[in-house]
Amino acid sequence: MPKIIARTGDDAVAEAMRQINPDVVAAYPITPQTEIVQFFSDFVANGKVKTELLCPESEHSAMSACIGASAAGGRVMTATSSQGLAYMWELVYIAASYRLPIVMPVVNRALSGPINIHCDHSDSMGARDSGWVQIFSENIQEAYDNTIQAVRIAEHANLLLPVIVTLDGFIISHAMEQFEILDDDTVQKFVGEYKPEYSLLDAKHPITYGPLQLFDYYMEQKKQQHEVIKSASSVVLQIASEFEKISKRKYELFEEYRMDDADIGIVVLGSASGTAKTVADKLREQGLRAGVLKIRLFRPFPAAELANSLSHLKALAVLDRSDTFGGLGGPVFEEVCASLYNYQFPDGHKIPAVNYIYGLGGRDVTLDHIEKVYRDLEGISRTGKINNLIQYLGVRE
Amino acid sequence: MANIKELARKPELLTGGHRLCAGCGAPIAIRQVLSAVKNPIVISNATGCVEVSTTIYPYTAWNCSWIHVAFENAAAVISGVETMYRSLKKQGKVTDDYSFIAIGGDGGTYDIGMQALSGMLERGHKCLYICYNNEAYMNTGIQRSSATPRGADTTTNPVGKAAAIGKIQEKKDLTAICAAHGVPYVAQASPAYWNDLITKVDKALNCGGASFMNIIAPCHRGWRYNPEDTISMARLAVQTYVWPLYEVENGKYRITYRPKEKIPVSDWFKSQGRFRHLFKPENSGFIEEVQKKVDASWERLEKLETL
Repeated sequence: MPKIIARTGDDAVAEAMRQINPDVVAAYPITPQTEIVQFFSDFVANGKVKTELLCPESEHSAMSACIGASAAGGRVMTATSSQGLAYMWELVYIAASYRLPIVMPVVNRALSGPINIHCDHSDSMGARDSGWVQIFSENIQEAYDNTIQAVRIAEHANLLLPVIVTLDGFIISHAMEQFEILDDDTVQKFVGEYKPEYSLLDAKHPITYGPLQLFDYYMEQKKQQHEVIKSASSVVLQIASEFEKISKRKYELFEEYRMDDADIGIVVLGSASGTAKTVADKLREQGLRAGVLKIRLFRPFPAAELANSLSHLKALAVLDRSDTFGGLGGPVFEEVCASLYNYQFPDGHKIPAVNYIYGLGGRDVTLDHIEKVYRDLEGISRTGKINNLIQYLGVRE
Repeated sequence: MANIKELARKPELLTGGHRLCAGCGAPIAIRQVLSAVKNPIVISNATGCVEVSTTIYPYTAWNCSWIHVAFENAAAVISGVETMYRSLKKQGKVTDDYSFIAIGGDGGTYDIGMQALSGMLERGHKCLYICYNNEAYMNTGIQRSSATPRGADTTTNPVGKAAAIGKIQEKKDLTAICAAHGVPYVAQASPAYWNDLITKVDKALNCGGASFMNIIAPCHRGWRYNPEDTISMARLAVQTYVWPLYEVENGKYRITYRPKEKIPVSDWFKSQGRFRHLFKPENSGFIEEVQKKVDASWERLEKLETL
């Protein structure tokens, strides 16, 4: 029977890893991910998992070892944050191009400099074009559920892609919350056994991993990556529907909260979604038709489905917990704008869309901040006029 | 001791048809290494000459499982492969006994890959790391590495009006650094002494822990000698004491080959275009200075042997 327990986000992810029971975990400690590795090391030390734990001398070697271990034909997990993910950068791309189903919780933390240990999304956004599937979590329950689902998504025979599951540093990773943990047996049955088609440890069928591809083959390989990750949305939905059967919890590409009849809406991902929902509820009581669209699957980006869901709004704000410095705005804003641009509105109209960059380096995002966003949107929806396309929320000027 | 007739009958794991230069020292050294292997193996290869020339898609010259990931991480990749092997073996999912070998050039080992190598040695993975050492970044066109000896002319420390001897710094003693990790087996070898080399590989693969071998692999493009002289160069390096053959087995040093007659280092310098400038008047005294250092290194090695 599932149980309700209280845990921190890191602890809950470590529990998910214990239940998944991977063949190899290779991970290097970094705040605020460290506790995942610590809790998991306890499971190893006490014989609660069959996992071989590799404690490498850097994140660069952690991901390198994950690639080697995964190519050797078993289930592999790691976890990291911020500089750790940045240090892995070249290997993150290689893992995806070798089609290795590695699962990596990323506890979101701001990138240096200056050095900071608190939450923003600049780390995982830096890996957005690396070819990994990326799933964002709003709370501890989602971080736990997404970690379990990620294994099935990564290892799906039509996909074979690595998956990042994010949870906001400290806000989710270190806060304690109640969540429902599934039975060990249920999770074990759900993830099943990983049976790779190819393995370095198949002496009768030696394989060559990572050959040199020049102008005559490289581009075809990249096109295949493009095609395969595009197909990930349907796999994510299929695994979500199987997961719903064992958990009674429904997951989609994104969550629409009071969006049906909304005039104004906020697109957001991660823990700030909860704050946005609370404010939407309050404003609804005051007669403002406010909605929230929380993105779960960020890679591949569900562009058409998302634009369709937003298409009836009179004004729209995208909240970004990172910046692109010199781009159009935050990375989520860019994706949403591009999605709307390509959406066929029946009457050719355009939705005014604005961008708010918030919460960098762990800066608190408050109910008042979100309310200001909705008030701005209300003005824009009345006048159709945008005064500030991109604003920093909660910053001292 | 290896039997050359038996070795010659063993199927090649690195086959012909690869695109390394004719006369390259690296594949000669690697074929000798592989001839000592008895179990199925997995090779992790760092980016470099051997990697780019043996796996040009859709071809591969490897008749064994082989993986290349990046430049600096061959040791970390093989650590991951070996860890998965232990996990699957424990679970009964793999039954064969495997050997694991990482291969890197001196750039991928002495320089950019040193941290990953140190990690592999410290964690004690049952893997052998082979450095095919041609004393510079040959794949990118002869740039200096920390394995390049003092006095060599390379494209990033070229001899010039303000740089009479080329590379000023001494080469790093990576073999000693690896030995300092306290791993069960570390050795230096040369493909000119194939029996010594193969015996060392056999010891390394059966030492019960992590091991490292530094193998001199002459490069005629970078060193500037005739391609047919590669093995002569690999022999001269040993006979001039520039590249002593020794091993450190469970902390015990042993010189494995003592040249009958010591050839002066000036012969070494004379044999290669990269050292030609050392004979110019402005560099007088340099060769004598190197001779003293080579002699001192040998004496030190002999002392270590008595410990």
